[in-house]
Amino acid sequence: MRTPRSRRVMLATALTLVAITPLAACAGGSPDNAGGAAAGTDPETFTVMTANENATLENLLTTLSEDACKAENEALPLEHQKVAQADTVQKVTLLASQDALPAHTIAGTALIRPDGDLGAADLVQDLMETGAAEYILPAAASTEESVYGGVVSMPYQYNIEGFWYNTQIFEEQGIEVPTTWEEFLSVAEQLDQAGIQPLTTAGASGFPLTRLLGMYIFRNVGPDAMAAIRDGDAKLTDEGYVAGAQALADLAATGYFGEGFSTRDGDTSTNEFLTGKAAITYDGSWLLGAINDPERNEIGAENVGFFPFPEVEGGEGSIEQYPANAGAPMIISTKQYGPKVADWVSCIAENYGSLALQEAGVISGFEVKEEVTDISPNTAEIQEKIAGIDETVLWFEALFDPKSNSLASTNVTLLTTGQMTAEDYMADLQESIDANG
Amino acid sequence: MNSVFGDRRTIFILLGPALLLYTLLKVAPVLWSFGLSFFEGNTLRGFEWVGVENFATFFTDDAALQSVWVSVGFAIAATIGQVALGYGLALLYVFVLRKGSALVRTIVFFPAILPTVAVALLFRSFVAVGDNQGPVNDLINFFGGESVEVLASTYGTMLTAIVMTLWSSMGFYAILLYAGLLDIPEEVIESARLDGANGLKLVRHIVVPLSLPILLSSIIFSLNATLKVFDSLLALNGGGPGTSTAPLTLYMYRTAFEYAEYGYGSTIALVLTVLCLLFTLAIFRSSRRKVED
Repeated sequence: MRTPRSRRVMLATALTLVAITPLAACAGGSPDNAGGAAAGTDPETFTVMTANENATLENLLTTLSEDACKAENEALPLEHQKVAQADTVQKVTLLASQDALPAHTIAGTALIRPDGDLGAADLVQDLMETGAAEYILPAAASTEESVYGGVVSMPYQYNIEGFWYNTQIFEEQGIEVPTTWEEFLSVAEQLDQAGIQPLTTAGASGFPLTRLLGMYIFRNVGPDAMAAIRDGDAKLTDEGYVAGAQALADLAATGYFGEGFSTRDGDTSTNEFLTGKAAITYDGSWLLGAINDPERNEIGAENVGFFPFPEVEGGEGSIEQYPANAGAPMIISTKQYGPKVADWVSCIAENYGSLALQEAGVISGFEVKEEVTDISPNTAEIQEKIAGIDETVLWFEALFDPKSNSLASTNVTLLTTGQMTAEDYMADLQESIDANG
Repeated sequence: MNSVFGDRRTIFILLGPALLLYTLLKVAPVLWSFGLSFFEGNTLRGFEWVGVENFATFFTDDAALQSVWVSVGFAIAATIGQVALGYGLALLYVFVLRKGSALVRTIVFFPAILPTVAVALLFRSFVAVGDNQGPVNDLINFFGGESVEVLASTYGTMLTAIVMTLWSSMGFYAILLYAGLLDIPEEVIESARLDGANGLKLVRHIVVPLSLPILLSSIIFSLNATLKVFDSLLALNGGGPGTSTAPLTLYMYRTAFEYAEYGYGSTIALVLTVLCLLFTLAIFRSSRRKVED
C-alpha cells in the first residue's frame, strides 16, 4: 500500500523540480557569465577540437586568445586538438564514452540533437543559457533550432547558398538573371549553345548535387517539405518530391555540368568557375574566401554575382527563402562548462563576429560588434542579403538520420548518370528513412 | 629431447607466454566482437541485448547483401587473375628467363610494396576525365573515341579496381609460386622431357600437379586477402557510384564508425569471418578430393 503514496510523493517532487528549474535558469549567474549558471567543472585547459579541414577557425581562436580573450586564456589556456571531419562521429563518440570530451568540440549533426547520443546523455550545453546568447544572431539561432532542435552550436559560420555566376559572361551573352526554373534552364541552354560550359558542380562530394534536388523540392512543395518527411506527413515517393529528383536527373542528362562532373572534387569545381571555364555554380557563401582571393579568382571578384535558387512555377516555395546553415556543429560540453569555460564562451561570442569578418572575410552567426573596414563588395552583398532574410530553409538531408544522409549523397551519382531512376532513388531513400529514422 | 617435450610443465612454460599474448591480442577481441553482435548500441548510448536480431536484419538488409556480392565477386575475379598471372609469371621465370629473371622479378614485384591508397589514387588519375584527363582517356581520344567517365559506372569502377589489384599483387604471387616451382626436382622435369612432354603438356601433367600444394596455398591466401578488400575500393571511388562497389568491410566500417552501430557492425564482421572460413574450407575440401582422385 506504500507504493501509490511513494509515487505521489515522487510526482510532487518532480513537479516542484520542473517548476523550480526554469526559475533557477532565469535567475542568471555571475556578471562574468551573465547568460546562466556554469554547472560543470572547469578542465585544466580550454581544449578546442576542430576539423583538420578548417584551419581558419583554429587561427582565429588563437588570435582571440592573444588579444581580446587574453584574460580568459591566462585563466584557462587554449589548446587545440584536430580531427579529420570524416572521423568526427567515431572520435567524439569514443571520447564522450570515456568521459574525455574536450570542452569545445566539433560533433556530428545527429549526435547533438536532443535524441542523439550526445544530446540524450546531456553532454550538449544549451547556448541560450550561456553568455553567448546575446551575441548570436536571431537568424543563426533559428537555423540551429531547425536542424539541431536547439541552439547548441557556436555559429562560427553563417552561410546562405545560391547560384554564383560570372557577370561578365552574362553581360556578353545578354542574359538576365533567371527567377524561375524554366528561365534557368533557358539560360543554361543559351550558354551551352554559345560554347560556354553553363554549370560546374563537385559531383564527387555528392552533396552539391543533392542541394539542387532539395532546393527544387523546397521551391516546389514548400519550405516545410523536409520537416513533413521527418514527421511522416509526406513520403519522398510523393509526386512533388520525385519531381525534384527528376529535375536534377534531367539537368545532368543535358551535359551542362561538363565532362566528368560526377568525379569532380570541390577544388576543381571552384577552379572551373573562378577561371571562367564554367559560367554558374551552386555553392554556399563560404565560397567568398576563394572569390576574395586574387590568386585563385582569375575572373576577378567584380565579375562574380549571386542569385537565389529560382522559383518552380506553380510551386509552394518562394525565391525569398534562402537555404542557410551554421557550419559544422561546434558544441560546448556541459560537463566542462565551468565558470572559466563560460568566460571563454562569452568572450568568443562577443568578439568572433568582427574578427572573422575582418581577418578572413567569414560571415558568422555572431553579432559584429566592431566596425569592420575593407570588406569586399561580394562579402558586403551577402551580408546585406543575410540581414534582409525573413525565412530560411534547410538542405535536403538536414533532418535525415546518418545512414539515410549518407545514402542520399552516394546514390545521387547513380541518379545523375542515368543508372537509377528518380522514382527508385526516392524509394530507396524513403525505405532507409523508414528503417532508420 | 624427448624427455623435455614429454614434460607438461616445460611445454606450458615454453608455450605459455606466446599463447597468452595470442589469446589477449587475437582471441579476446574476436570473442568480444562476437559478443557485441548480440547487442545494439555503442559505447556512449550503452548496449542493449537484442539476441539474434542483428543477424535477422543482416539477411533482410539489401545494402548488406549487395556488399556480400561485391566482396565475393571481387574476391573470385581478383583471385583468378592474381593466381593465374602469378603462375604464368612464375613459369616464365623458371622455364624461359631462368637465371636472368632477377631483374624482371624485381620490377614486377615492385608495385607490391607501394601503399594501396597511393596505388588507388594513381589509377584514379589514370582513368580521370575532364580538366585533368588521364592517359586512358587520352588513348581513347587518340583513336577517335569519346572520353569515358570510368568511375561513374559500377562496371568501370570494378574493372579498374581489379586491374589495379592485379598490377600491384601479381608480382607477389609470382614470387610465392616461383619458390614452389623451384622445389620441383630438375630430374623429374628432365625425365618428362625425355618422355616427350614439352610446353603445355609438361606444365599440365608434371608442373601443375607437383606445384598443387603451393598453388592451393596461394588461392587460399589470395581469397582471404581479397575478401577483406577495403582501402583500395575506398580510395578508388569510395565504394561508389552509389554503394555499388562497397565491399562488406566498407559497409562494416560505415555501420560501426559512421553510424555508431557497434552491434550491427560486429555482426557484419562475423559474417565476413564466416565467409572467409567457408571459402577456405571449400578449397581444402576440393583439394583433398583431388588428392584422393
